[in-house]
Amino acid sequence: MFYRNKIDKKMKVGLFIPCYINAVYPEVGVASYKLLKSLGVDVDYPLDQTCCGQPMANAGFENESKELAKRFDRLFESYDYIVGPSASCVVFVRDHYGNLLEGEKHRCASEGKIYDICEFIHDVVKPSSLQASFPHKVSIQNSCHGVRLMKLSSPSELNIPYYNKLRDLLSLVKDITIVEPERPDECCGFGGMFAVEEHDVSGQMGRDKVKRHMATGAEYIVGADGSCLMHQNGIISREKLPIKTIHIVQVLAAGL
Amino acid sequence: MSTKHSKAAGKFLENKGLAAWHDETLWMVRAKRDKVSKEVPEWEHLRDMASAIKMYSNSHLEQLLMEFEKNALANGAHVYWAKDADEYCSIVYNILNGHQVKHFIKSKSMLAEECGLNEFLENKGIEVVESDLGERILQLMHQRPSHIVMPAIHIKKEKIGELFVREMGTEPGNNDQTYLTHAARKNLRRKFIEAEAAMTGANFAVASTGECIVCTNEGNADMGTSQPKLQITAFGMEKIVPDRDALGVFTRLLARSGTGQPITTYTSHYRKPRKGGELHIIIVDNGRSRILADKEHIKALNCLRCGACMNTCPVYRRSGGYSYTYFIPGPIGINLGMLKSPLHYYDNVSACSLCYSCQNVCPAKVDLADQIYHWRQQLHTLGVASSSKKLMSGGMKFLMLRPALFNFALKNAPIVNSLPRGMIYNDLNDWGKEREIPEFAKESFNEMWKKNKVK
Repeated sequence: MFYRNKIDKKMKVGLFIPCYINAVYPEVGVASYKLLKSLGVDVDYPLDQTCCGQPMANAGFENESKELAKRFDRLFESYDYIVGPSASCVVFVRDHYGNLLEGEKHRCASEGKIYDICEFIHDVVKPSSLQASFPHKVSIQNSCHGVRLMKLSSPSELNIPYYNKLRDLLSLVKDITIVEPERPDECCGFGGMFAVEEHDVSGQMGRDKVKRHMATGAEYIVGADGSCLMHQNGIISREKLPIKTIHIVQVLAAGL
Repeated sequence: MSTKHSKAAGKFLENKGLAAWHDETLWMVRAKRDKVSKEVPEWEHLRDMASAIKMYSNSHLEQLLMEFEKNALANGAHVYWAKDADEYCSIVYNILNGHQVKHFIKSKSMLAEECGLNEFLENKGIEVVESDLGERILQLMHQRPSHIVMPAIHIKKEKIGELFVREMGTEPGNNDQTYLTHAARKNLRRKFIEAEAAMTGANFAVASTGECIVCTNEGNADMGTSQPKLQITAFGMEKIVPDRDALGVFTRLLARSGTGQPITTYTSHYRKPRKGGELHIIIVDNGRSRILADKEHIKALNCLRCGACMNTCPVYRRSGGYSYTYFIPGPIGINLGMLKSPLHYYDNVSACSLCYSCQNVCPAKVDLADQIYHWRQQLHTLGVASSSKKLMSGGMKFLMLRPALFNFALKNAPIVNSLPRGMIYNDLNDWGKEREIPEFAKESFNEMWKKNKVK
């Protein structure tokens, strides 16, 4: 393993596994753990995690999220970093916990130490190489919250130089071909309860998004937000389309 | 679980061809906006400046508007203050009535739309003619704008051709844009000549000079004000900017953001009445001062009405302007509707996936998506929250606060994978209407961890 480990060996990382990954994509959790371990990170999983509270808050019920935020904060109390494979959930904790837990006596400041796993590896661990090989063409799913709230890549709307942390990490994988679709960061239409409440528009957005990923000739749609992938995967299965989805950590951990 | 918006959007999407065309057309405008904005190296700095100037102007309204009035009066204009739509309509009517005006020509004004001016005047027997081509088409079709900058964007040229055959006697089947535009121009020319008074809105009003700035591409505002001696210009009070230096920031942003042009074809500064003519300026509040006191939504007053948030909104592009219940659609319309009357317009709050693209294109940095998020938190207090969403959120919270129960649910969830299709995919499953539901894993991550399977 050739990496320049910039992270303090004593730093303890708590792995945050969002509810839908726990239930539907545990393999993403496993890949996250393996990947962090392989990079020399001291990572542990605080048991019995459930949900960060984002679905309720985005639907308009922040009050329902408060207790969950408190629970989350306590679970990760003893860790220096919280790292999770879901940009949207992570950025919810980062942007909203301060406000949700305002007035609480005991504050563990989850929002100040939480990272999306790509962001964490890219900005904190900074490996110069990875073992992984993935001999496939992948199209990057730049998720809205990943791009516009977490700043994982330069949003197409802004006049700033191009960068993409997902592309940087994927570039460390051997034998891979990386592309991005037309309208590279247009929303795929998941949006939590939006997907149900506005299902016609959400479905159309999803079909349009998958179509643009397919137009690149990619075999896989790869992204840091499992929820976007879950929605697009549902479209792919329904329409029987010749493309697959895969979480970026599974690509970065390929062969581990 | 549905709203008026989601139902109307479903209808809009039934016409697949038109819906795809609507999305592509507006995306093209967004792409043009991206291109020209990237030709300006200081673009992001301009947006910061625009936002800061608006925040300054809107917090110094009294001072700036008084300065404007003083200068406008010195320029020889008449100045009126309207506290609401009724006052605004009455002031316009009284001016027109006092000059025995029967034919009134007006260029595009969202303020007039907001206040229902046309209906008001028509009921009093005054002919109102819209001179912006898109607005004129809609007026003849008895429709409302579906977009604030490109009001007839939802109508294809074939439909316009049919309309012009009836209204202007054009050649049936000839839908050539140039031909149709010429026909409209000829038809409007008569209206320009007949009019005894003209009206414009204003994109900006400059306090230090007392002038109003109108940006158009068709020159229709100038054509209107060049013939009759009587001109009325009205603007919402948040259109005020301190001086011409500030104005320069906005004129550089407006057209680039709205239509992807470096600047509109005409940028007209109306300062004084024409020789022998009269210039009447109406400054309108109509609820704006109320927004000033609202910390979470004050930035809504930064809006330049450029329409960029509509062009980028993935929901607007796929649902059309008429799917919203407020007369301004898209992200800014969702917010302005709620600021106008939440109990009337809460249905639009669902029309957002919180993708945040609108916040990034907005030239004056209105925090559109954050505001929509805030409105969603208000629906419960307003008593209009969706009961099924509430049930789902409450249920999820109950489950998620009980890890044992959560784990039990995860353990049993895979049963769903093998249920008969009809039990899962039915009318109650809005997720399943568009896509397959994900398969639950045989073992959750929690379970795997406990069994020491994560290595």
